[in-house]
Amino acid sequence: MQEIAITPELVAQHGLTPEEYQSVLDILGREPTLTELGIFSVMWSEHCSYKCSKRTLKCFPTRGPNVLVGPGENAGVIDLGHNLAVCFKIESHNHPSAIEPYNGAATGVGGILRDIFTMGARPIAMLNPLRFGRITDPHMQWLVGGVIAGIADYGNCVGVPTVAGDIYFQDCYEQNILVNVMCVGLMRKDQLMLARAQGPGNLVVYYGSPTGRDGIHGATFASKEDPHSQQRSAVQVGDPFMGKKIIEATLELIASGAAVGIQDMGAAGLTCSSCEMASRAGTGVEIDLDRVPQRADGMNAYEIMLSESQERMLAVIPREKIDTAREILERWEVGCHILGEVKNDGLLRVKHRGRVVAEIPAVKIADQSPQYSPEARRPAYLDTIPAAPVPYPAPPDWGDALLRLLRCPTIASKRWVYSQYDHMVQTATVVRPGDGDAAVLRVKDTPMHLAVTVDGNSTMCWLDPETGGKMVVAEGARNVVMVGAEPLGLTDCLNFGNPNKPEVFWTFDKCVRGMAEACRVLGTPVTGGNVSFYNESKGLAVFPTPIVGVVGKIEPPLRILTPGWKNAGDRIFLVGGHEQHLGGSIFAQLWQPQQTARAGYYDEREPGPVIGPCPLLDLELERALQQFLLEANRRGLINAAHDLSEGGLAVALAECCIKSGREKMDPESGRRSAVEYLGANIEVPKVKCLASWLFSEAPSRALAACDPAKTAELAALANDFHVPLVALGEVSDTARMTLGKVMDLPVAELLRAHETLPF
Amino acid sequence: MKAAVIVFPGSNCDEDCRWALQHVCGVPTEMVWFRHRVPDDVDLIVLPGGFSYGDYLRAGALARFAPAMESVREAAEKGRLVLGICNGFQILVEAHLLPGVLLRNTCLQFLCKDVFLKTVRRDTPFTLGVPEVVRMPIAHGMGNYYIDTDGLKALQDNGQIVFQYCDHAGRVTAESNPNGSLDNIAGIVNRAGNVLGMMPHPERAAEDALGCHDGRYLLESAIRYLIKG
Repeated sequence: MQEIAITPELVAQHGLTPEEYQSVLDILGREPTLTELGIFSVMWSEHCSYKCSKRTLKCFPTRGPNVLVGPGENAGVIDLGHNLAVCFKIESHNHPSAIEPYNGAATGVGGILRDIFTMGARPIAMLNPLRFGRITDPHMQWLVGGVIAGIADYGNCVGVPTVAGDIYFQDCYEQNILVNVMCVGLMRKDQLMLARAQGPGNLVVYYGSPTGRDGIHGATFASKEDPHSQQRSAVQVGDPFMGKKIIEATLELIASGAAVGIQDMGAAGLTCSSCEMASRAGTGVEIDLDRVPQRADGMNAYEIMLSESQERMLAVIPREKIDTAREILERWEVGCHILGEVKNDGLLRVKHRGRVVAEIPAVKIADQSPQYSPEARRPAYLDTIPAAPVPYPAPPDWGDALLRLLRCPTIASKRWVYSQYDHMVQTATVVRPGDGDAAVLRVKDTPMHLAVTVDGNSTMCWLDPETGGKMVVAEGARNVVMVGAEPLGLTDCLNFGNPNKPEVFWTFDKCVRGMAEACRVLGTPVTGGNVSFYNESKGLAVFPTPIVGVVGKIEPPLRILTPGWKNAGDRIFLVGGHEQHLGGSIFAQLWQPQQTARAGYYDEREPGPVIGPCPLLDLELERALQQFLLEANRRGLINAAHDLSEGGLAVALAECCIKSGREKMDPESGRRSAVEYLGANIEVPKVKCLASWLFSEAPSRALAACDPAKTAELAALANDFHVPLVALGEVSDTARMTLGKVMDLPVAELLRAHETLPF
Repeated sequence: MKAAVIVFPGSNCDEDCRWALQHVCGVPTEMVWFRHRVPDDVDLIVLPGGFSYGDYLRAGALARFAPAMESVREAAEKGRLVLGICNGFQILVEAHLLPGVLLRNTCLQFLCKDVFLKTVRRDTPFTLGVPEVVRMPIAHGMGNYYIDTDGLKALQDNGQIVFQYCDHAGRVTAESNPNGSLDNIAGIVNRAGNVLGMMPHPERAAEDALGCHDGRYLLESAIRYLIKG
């Protein structure tokens, strides 16, 4: 074994507390080798062990009638019928992206893809929730450009469409940007593959890229504050061409029946994949590091075990099938290296240069990590948030206010982003990014469509973590309902600051509890997710930022819905809750006559502080709204639908107008007319606060357009579901958005504002 | 008739092309691994989009050496139809089956969006019955077609320019050029007219479910041409 002495300093450098080190000594009954210390260090990092979050996460509902695989595997799986299943998961790649945006984001994409195809699912869609700081800052522009290019280059190359995402620009992300990535895959139910090292005597096979020194201690790195103070070597570099080859090789390997278990080497590399596979199967694994293909000279066991080089896979193959596996892997030119075999002794045994360099009970490292219940304390800032709504003076021009909101980078069109992503490859994207509240993908050879979305409004979570957490789930589920889908399940990425700060942990705990309750009421099980702590620099944590990815199914009689108006004369209804007030809204961040020196607007690219309180959310109303919309859809009562979110009613109406564009075609020549738009003619009711009516971001609200002949049926149905329904006006053929005497704007002007580039 | 789609390592529109040919147009379609030869009974060979060899070195620069390309060259010489889409177009120019090169887009970014195309030649095997203006998606980072002055003149004189980027009404304008291509060139044929390379994706616009069926005209033109023999 190695001769390096294990000192308390070395233990501390590995991020283990003295108590954790004592547990290591107890488990081994002796001092660890350096390699073993490294293994415990990464496996017991927050990123791999969830040691601070595990107890809180237990409150999520994870079961449902269609859940085939819940949390604990590489990704969750839900039954779709037709012998098909959908597999999905979200993950963070925040810390690497803050240092090296291009490779940080690219490897995030590569990593989440591997989680999906190792389950036997072909990746069919990527989604990217991103959070950035103030966009006028040149450094932030560099980060934005790098992240988007990284996502684009990886996703485009592997041929998986990036179909949705969301982007917020908020000051709290100035030091810690968030890059979350979600992947959705489709599989035949009978080809579900689990990451288990089953069957003693079976071979442990390594394929993919060779191992280098890149990314050593990446997982520990993601479990520390202030990524900027860390070494750059913890950021890995992706190779999407190898990524594409291992997708194809892995899916073929699974289809051939040659593999009994597969796991990718992601965080904590070979260490994590070997211990977790053994631990899940209750077996042991013995590997010889001399057989690991290496791209750097003279790597020691510690480096090989902890490397996070990308595009590497570990498969368990029965001896009699190794020739089949080898043929497939070599045909795809990804290599086939037998590292060792599955044992029945429950040990992870690692050999290097003829010596045993690590020998640890696999289950103790993978599943018996320390668990903590960090101290929780309500943060003092919450006392500064007003409990009652702040009164708002009217701005001088309502139309101007709307245009400012449409130009605001968080609300404005993200065409400049998604046009860099191939969102059409695989020819399944039926509702493209920007065209609906969620993206819709057809499932070829079936009558089904899938709807996918990511959501997470952290402003509301900062104002009220529990209500905000509920709102995130409610909005995600609502967005798939808006395009016509029944929500099937949810994956979550929880981005927070340092959990050892009681105030941060309190917001984490509250957020999760709120989300869990919403999941239970709305019937959307959580099938997996990711926790990213330590998004904190210079003592400032990001807003509590839980993000959800929701998958829904559209099957006849449900139909696909989009926000764009379809027919002039259709009646426009506002369905659901009351506007409440402007707390947490973007309008309240832009229009702050009391606070700005100029007594007026902040620049839309540099909004002012968040103003509370958080609006209330009634989960029963939310559920009723979603059930009503689904039933109205089944009965064919809705021609266009759009939920109210950032920017409130006025922005939602504007978006329905903007997305109504159509061209006329001369069938003979194929020539088209210029795009023609429908408008909206809205009657403004007498309200106490017009600003709230127009711009409030209160939850559980949606717009629905209905054929005039069917409005009575729609109203009766709303009554049955106890959902408030207010007639607002009608779709017009004037290409103007007219709100009584309040505003009257041509759709072309709305469109121009909405397409404003942020920099 | 029979079609084949070549699968290079890194191709990612291979399955989409098979779907459009076989499922949408009803043509039996074989997937040919890049190490193998295209069977002799194949009438239409498609080089699909994607990132063959990860675009390493230069888009299409490595794929041109793939063993399958020899049989593609032979098939082209025998007058069989060869269609290169996106990365397939890049491979065809690298293999010198078509003239010119494809540079990075002038915006220096990958671009995925619908464009309008003017069908300049409506008498090639690929464009019989294709309307004068069609809409199709592009999705590329290196679609900026370039050729020297003499080469451009030869293309024009020989009527080899098949598609040009245009606006909705069919006007070939600078604004409608998404990537900086010389003369708004989106697709060209060889002199014999049996090898077409184009950056836009007809297979992504072959069904109304995807918002447009203009790409189907092109695939069906090739099929009709071959069936009539």
